[in-house]
Amino acid sequence: MAIALRTLDDGAWISVDDSRRVSVSDVWTLSRGVFCECEPAYVLLEGFFGTGVDGSVVVADAVGQCLECGTRDSIDRLPVGRIVDGEFKPYSPEAVQSTLESDAGRQA
Amino acid sequence: MPSDVEQWKDELYGTDIRAEIERFAEEGWDAIPDDEHDAWFERFKWYGLYHQRAGQESYFMMRIGPPGGVLEPGQFREIVEIADDFSRGPAENPVFGNGWIDVTTRQAIQLHWIRLEDVPEIFDRLESVGLSTVQACGDSWRNIVGCPVAGKDKHEHVDADALATELHDTFKRNEAHSNLPRKWKVSVTGCDEGCGQGDINDLAFEPAEKEIDGETVTGYNIRVGGGLSRNEPRFARDIDVFATPEQAVDVAGGISALFRDNGDRENRYNARIKFLMDEWGPEKFRETLQEEFVDFELHTAGEDLRESYSYNAGEADGKHDHVGVHEQPDGNYYVGLNVLVGRIGVDEAYDLADAADEYGSGEVRLTQRQNIVFTDVPEENVDDLRSEDVLEHYSPDPHPFQRGSIACTGTEFCSLSIVETKNRQVRYARWLVDNVELPDGVENFHVHLSGCTASCAQPQIADVSLRGMKTRKDGEPVEALDIGLGGGLGEDPQFAAWIAERVPADEVPGAIANLLENFEEARDSEAQSFREFVAEREDEELADLIEPEETDYDDPFMHNTKRTWYPYAEEDDLDESPAPAQADGTPIPSDD
Repeated sequence: MAIALRTLDDGAWISVDDSRRVSVSDVWTLSRGVFCECEPAYVLLEGFFGTGVDGSVVVADAVGQCLECGTRDSIDRLPVGRIVDGEFKPYSPEAVQSTLESDAGRQA
Repeated sequence: MPSDVEQWKDELYGTDIRAEIERFAEEGWDAIPDDEHDAWFERFKWYGLYHQRAGQESYFMMRIGPPGGVLEPGQFREIVEIADDFSRGPAENPVFGNGWIDVTTRQAIQLHWIRLEDVPEIFDRLESVGLSTVQACGDSWRNIVGCPVAGKDKHEHVDADALATELHDTFKRNEAHSNLPRKWKVSVTGCDEGCGQGDINDLAFEPAEKEIDGETVTGYNIRVGGGLSRNEPRFARDIDVFATPEQAVDVAGGISALFRDNGDRENRYNARIKFLMDEWGPEKFRETLQEEFVDFELHTAGEDLRESYSYNAGEADGKHDHVGVHEQPDGNYYVGLNVLVGRIGVDEAYDLADAADEYGSGEVRLTQRQNIVFTDVPEENVDDLRSEDVLEHYSPDPHPFQRGSIACTGTEFCSLSIVETKNRQVRYARWLVDNVELPDGVENFHVHLSGCTASCAQPQIADVSLRGMKTRKDGEPVEALDIGLGGGLGEDPQFAAWIAERVPADEVPGAIANLLENFEEARDSEAQSFREFVAEREDEELADLIEPEETDYDDPFMHNTKRTWYPYAEEDDLDESPAPAQADGTPIPSDD
């Protein structure tokens, strides 16, 4: 079943099937090297600028800042949730994450 | 490939949206198909309706945009009555209660907790007094801002109200300009004090004179491409064009059409005209405008009045805002009242409407500093007006910390914001009034708090700029603010430099107190303005002067206010949200 994925409201949300499921302004915990050299890196997401799917994983492109070292950068293909039996299951921002390498299935 | 938004706009946009809103209102919230929410909520913006953030589904913010901020007699009262009848939420705000109006930095009014089912009646009532929400949001001509005391001010050079109204009448509901690549913000300044804030708008008309056929003509110089959002602030660029008042609408239409046809419709983050101006530069922009979008020879720029601009301009001579009692050219007075963070409770708003009627003409004007102005107050009424109880709070002579405070909507309702803003800024202002002495000679001190980089509180043009952030404190993520210094407008506008980052929100009042103390000690003399002081120092030196620290200031919003359905609700967890709700407020059960 096709999933409708898009960024909404100037990048404030990732919308999944017309429901606002992932919000900016959460702090995501990322493993070292994904965003900066902090271990782990606590990264505030300030805006989404793209989203897509990789298999069953929903990924987002975002702009963020590390709360420890202050690095401000974009991050591509951050896994933000999975599609399970047609339902979106969001990942917890507090769980340590790394980004996906594949470039398949992107939607701006 | 065009974005989803562009495809939705292609399918249906502009005035055609009205009938669909009325249909959904008649049938109820559930009538909006689940798989069309994103498309419809994007379209509703064109009619000034913005779906509130997650946890507040089925409730809308409604924006009403009077050109130049001018609310004619009767219009302010109608808005207050509408707020009283329809703008009530399922929980109270601890500072503002339940039911208020928000004055915005673009001279509009915002109402919250509006239910779709009530919208047709609200539209009818607004229209009955000549008001509208058309194009208050969305990708088109937004509310046209300008001198809020146009026609009433001794500093007027050309009548900004006449042009703002003409532009409003021409470009609202105008099919050729209904669907632009992105929002389109226009400013008209008519005075020699620069209060239209043209430098931060997409299109700015600024007062100027030009010798044409041996005669001096008053009109406007044109600037294009200003804006503050997205960590990409720009001041509008001079495109070397002078427009007579008779040409101004045609020039505006040409520039709007140029944007319509050349703006980026594939990437919304690159769509504002400031990015096109980055790419083209003013010379190519003017050339294209002349060759393709106007059918007369454009004049080169005239002599401007920027040298005398005093509005939000450090310590320049002249008015820095419109607060206070000022004589009009006709001998009457206008009285500018301070509205802390722009929010007026319904009960006090009735009192203000009564006072405007009793002592002035009943006209109420909105300023870009979130304040209001009563016009046409006869001299013999000024003292009686000033003695009204409601003016104790909405004062024409407020403390500089209150006078200088601006705050955006924040996480209370806004999707983008990272932190709570309005209640926090009220608490900051009160703490600063009670605990901090302003250095001698400092009469204006602007503190603007914006919840995110969208910059709706215009943080980059304040003495102290505050921008929503997060940090970790005692191992926990907490709400924080970046602190910038030294921004302002005037002849040579300056964006604030971001000096201290990720300061925990409860340490910001202490930081401002220490900064002011250090400024007083280190400045050259009392004559040196804060902005001048900042301008002559390196960032590292300024960073040493900020010294954030905890004080007895208490901040109840340090937790993640965005993870609540409403930050002030007793049970604030998202799972406790009463939204979406039926028209009567009854929660609609989830399908899950």
